[in-house]
Amino acid sequence: MRYGYYPGCSLERNAGAYHTSLMAVAAQLGVEFAEVDDWNCCGATEFIAVNRLRAYALVSRNLALAARQTAGSNGAAKGQLVAPCSACYLNLSKVEHYLSESPALASDVNQALAAGGLSYEPGSLRVRHLLDVMVNDVGYEKVAARVRRPLHGLRVAPYYGCLVVRPGFQEHFDDPEYPTSLDRLMRTLGATVVDFPLKAHCCGGHMTQISRDVALELIRRLLKNAADYQADMIVTLCPMCQLNLDAFQESVNGLFGTEYRIPILFFTQLMGLAFGLSPAAVGIGKEFIDARPALAKIGAAAPAAAGAAPRRKPRRGDQSLPLPQMPEEEV
Amino acid sequence: MSAETPNRARHDPHTTPDAGHGERVGVYVCHCGHNIANTVAVEEVAEWAGTQPNVVVARDYKFMCSSLGQELIEQDIQQLGLNRVVVAACSPHMHEKTFRSACQRAGLNPYLFEMANIREMGSWATDDREAATQKAKAQVKGAVDRAVRQQPLEPLYVDINPNTLVVGGGIAGLTAALELANAGYHVYLVERDSSIGGHMAKLDKTFPTLDCAACILTPKMVDVANHPNITLMTWSEVISVHGYVGNFTVRVRKKARYIKEDLCTGCGTCVEKCPVRIIDQNFEVGLGYRKAVYRNFPQAVPKYPVIDTANCTFFQRGKCRACEIVCPTDAIDFNQKDAIVDLEVGNIILATGYEQFDARRVPQYGYGRLANVFTSMEFERMVNAAGPTAGRVVLRDGVTVPKRVGIIHCVGSRDKNHHEYCSRACCMAALKFAHLVHERVPEAEVFNFYIDIRASGKHYEEFYHRVLSEGAHFIRGRVAEVTDAARGPGEEGQLIIQVEDTLIGKQRRIPVDMVILMAGMESRKDARQVAALFGLGCDYDGWFTERHAKLDPVVTMTEGILVAGACQGPKAIPESVAQGSAAAARVAGMIGQRVMKMEPVRASIDAASCSGCRICNNLCPYHAITFHEDRKVSEVITALCQGCGACVAACPSAAISGAHFTRDQVLAQIEGILWDARQPEVLWLEPQ
Amino acid sequence: MENEFQPIIVGFLCNWCSYRAADLAGTARVHYAPTMRPIRVMCTARVEPEFVLKALREGADGVLIAGCHPGECHYVEGNIKALRRFTLLKAMLRQFGVEDERVQLVWAAASEGKQLAEAVDRMTEQLRALGPLRWRQRVLGEQPVARHAAEVEVGGD
Repeated sequence: MRYGYYPGCSLERNAGAYHTSLMAVAAQLGVEFAEVDDWNCCGATEFIAVNRLRAYALVSRNLALAARQTAGSNGAAKGQLVAPCSACYLNLSKVEHYLSESPALASDVNQALAAGGLSYEPGSLRVRHLLDVMVNDVGYEKVAARVRRPLHGLRVAPYYGCLVVRPGFQEHFDDPEYPTSLDRLMRTLGATVVDFPLKAHCCGGHMTQISRDVALELIRRLLKNAADYQADMIVTLCPMCQLNLDAFQESVNGLFGTEYRIPILFFTQLMGLAFGLSPAAVGIGKEFIDARPALAKIGAAAPAAAGAAPRRKPRRGDQSLPLPQMPEEEV
Repeated sequence: MSAETPNRARHDPHTTPDAGHGERVGVYVCHCGHNIANTVAVEEVAEWAGTQPNVVVARDYKFMCSSLGQELIEQDIQQLGLNRVVVAACSPHMHEKTFRSACQRAGLNPYLFEMANIREMGSWATDDREAATQKAKAQVKGAVDRAVRQQPLEPLYVDINPNTLVVGGGIAGLTAALELANAGYHVYLVERDSSIGGHMAKLDKTFPTLDCAACILTPKMVDVANHPNITLMTWSEVISVHGYVGNFTVRVRKKARYIKEDLCTGCGTCVEKCPVRIIDQNFEVGLGYRKAVYRNFPQAVPKYPVIDTANCTFFQRGKCRACEIVCPTDAIDFNQKDAIVDLEVGNIILATGYEQFDARRVPQYGYGRLANVFTSMEFERMVNAAGPTAGRVVLRDGVTVPKRVGIIHCVGSRDKNHHEYCSRACCMAALKFAHLVHERVPEAEVFNFYIDIRASGKHYEEFYHRVLSEGAHFIRGRVAEVTDAARGPGEEGQLIIQVEDTLIGKQRRIPVDMVILMAGMESRKDARQVAALFGLGCDYDGWFTERHAKLDPVVTMTEGILVAGACQGPKAIPESVAQGSAAAARVAGMIGQRVMKMEPVRASIDAASCSGCRICNNLCPYHAITFHEDRKVSEVITALCQGCGACVAACPSAAISGAHFTRDQVLAQIEGILWDARQPEVLWLEPQ
Repeated sequence: MENEFQPIIVGFLCNWCSYRAADLAGTARVHYAPTMRPIRVMCTARVEPEFVLKALREGADGVLIAGCHPGECHYVEGNIKALRRFTLLKAMLRQFGVEDERVQLVWAAASEGKQLAEAVDRMTEQLRALGPLRWRQRVLGEQPVARHAAEVEVGGD
């Protein structure tokens, strides 16, 4: 399987660990991510509100390059571009969507691209998020088959952030209110998944630069909820979310008087660990809140007993009412 | 022109030759006052029609549907020997019957009449006079050419079997069954569950009167069980339906109860002694327990329990047999088998009811994850004195009494993600819950989260005001989520309802102890299979399709199959009872007629042309085509055929003809309607 | 406007939904192109491909088949049967070189008079842009016989 790969600026800098781990994991899974040659900024800034046409032209340059470089991959006529960063994913898919909807916009944008010797035909590229590719194209079974060191004993809170499940310009690959694909992926790796309710709530995004206190409150809520549910770490799929939760955790503690020390890792890093790679090989060690103490828990406890049989007879004196049946966990 | 303008024949009717088939067609073009005449040049059309082949007389007149207009037709039939009539006027849906009757009065078979719709589909749809006139001529010609090929048809008469089958023993089915039985007709009532009563038996109080549901229901249930005219078959399902209105043969599977009904006294000792206790997902909606041998509720009708073989120790592992041992009348029979019963009935009333929307499909409300989130039906069981908590309002731990209760309206309803429709009964039920919480927990605070309050029935609005005055809080807004993710110390340990209060324009987080989700009504999961079994249609949401939503809500498009109650669409008890009675009245009316007259627009197969390919067999939605294995030909059961024409179009041998819509007739109409569109076969060149 | 080509559309309308929809359009005085000449059938399932071909051959520039929405057919699933036949027929027509817009299948509930009127207007414009079909020439390869008017002075028709 071969995909066009758009790292975006964060994976080259603050989220270098995401890039390292995803490449390591891809090699293990036999997936090729070919970086788009000469890509530029994805436009994940406020510029898109300043001058729409220029911003769209900027983003479309990436689409044009990617379409040209990925055509014919996987035997499909339509190239596929994978973005691991949720903000890059949003912008690329949003622009692709609006170009397809508005021939006038597409025409204007193509005029701009022509100046650089490029053009983009709306609809000729499918923009995917890395998580979507992992759970739908690679699939849970294939991932499970490569697990060498199950992450038993590690309580992981999967955090999606808001952009990957909403608004869904190309398609919704998971439920916009309550996604579960990352949960299931973590479970496949053997971790104990903490189903915490704020998993698709906002991390504050750029607010850390614009209105810091607002952002820190949003980050605090996420940390508090994960801690309340006794998570050992939070696993995420977006560099912005990782940055906010990790780099600003001390600021949160300072402002609110809390003492959170919850490591924040990328899901590909956990995949790599489960596949048997060393922490260094997946970029662990660069995060602000050190992940290694939490990782020491792996293998320390026996795996949870496989699905305890439902109690047939309630204990004497127990007046509690039965809970509703939930669908079987799929692993 | 005055209304008395004499109708003018546009040419001499006695000298026009009968071209082609020897038919004598009369054409009548109606002015309809100004409605047609203002746009279509009606005189011109009539004049032109008179020149067409087979047309013996062509008139125009102010109001063809008037008695004078009809007399014109009748006179012409008798005096000019017309054997086909075409009226160019309004829609056949308006006056086809009128003119058919006129023909019949004059001695002409009513199916030798055709209408051209030049009003609704002509003068009213355009103001282009030239185009409308041209189009009217085309429609008239098409109608004439078709009429010429029409054949006289006679309606069918079938006997009506006076027995009726009612499927479903909820309040609608019970009502229908009792009405018919009291009228002196025999009813078979087939119910899938082990007891009749339906969803209503699960309720505690009913709005707005706060009548106890069981108190008003159980007398009806007992009446049904004791009625000499009702054969009650519970724990039974319909497995096949054959036949047609007045003459249905229905096969029913009576599932084995493993209890001999003639010996069982209903003492309940077996239930008491059974050692297996499991969660009752059906009647107690997962909130309470039952045994492996069980009755749904103490006043179940009939009183006989059933054995749940999937959980019974004997059936699973060959041990126990406690019920058999303790039964004082030896009524337990582990060897009992399902029985197949064939019923002959004339009409079938479907009253199969609804299901509750599965609240797990709205994960942001936390049902299943958060222990103290309940659905409406769970709460009904909770407040029911015979329910799992003996009527106490408590949290999932069975002990703690909630101080603050949030009731969320429209879960799964009025929601583009799930069902766009309104489930009609839940607002009133939510008000009822608010009232009941105040009654049982006087110090409790109740919050209702609504979009609109739909209180449209008798005394409903007054009930709403009563609940308002009892102090319930009403917040208008769609709840965003129910969460236990506390933001600060004040929210710890509670359920937080996050909602935009649209009346004050603010986001609110309201901590409560208990949440009740008003889950909407859904069609049953097997509604489409049931519809296919009985030969009726479902709409997009799975509700059974009635013949006309406003004017004929209890009859379906299939003769002899009626619907009543929630299976036709979300509704509460009063509407279900009304429909049950209506369906019974319609059936009683049919039975009283003894014989039924049916339209002759049906298909028939010419056995000589039939090649036995059987393509038509599976196409018929009414299973009206049988195949004769001995002669290798298919045959249409005329009374079952509803005249859709699907088989007629499909037959590769053209062996099937659809009466009144034959191939010849339609092809002729196509030719006629395109009279001015034919391309010239000769292209005249200018002279050199 | 006088010389503008007015296409002729034959419309097969089902008795229960689309025919009533067309009636409703008229009752509501919703004006639409007078190009559609209606033929009533009980159900679109009755519409044979031969009817469509006959209409095109007899000079129609287009055929519109209108039935109940899926799930709402008076006869349970007749509209779906029509859809199947229509799909195959379209494949065949494509091979004849007949443009896609000339034969259309639309759904119209009995309450959707306005929508049906809009569909007719849309189709009329599409056909106007395409021009007359001239099936006999294009598909059957028939050429009209050219005759001089002077040739038939004697003898008459």
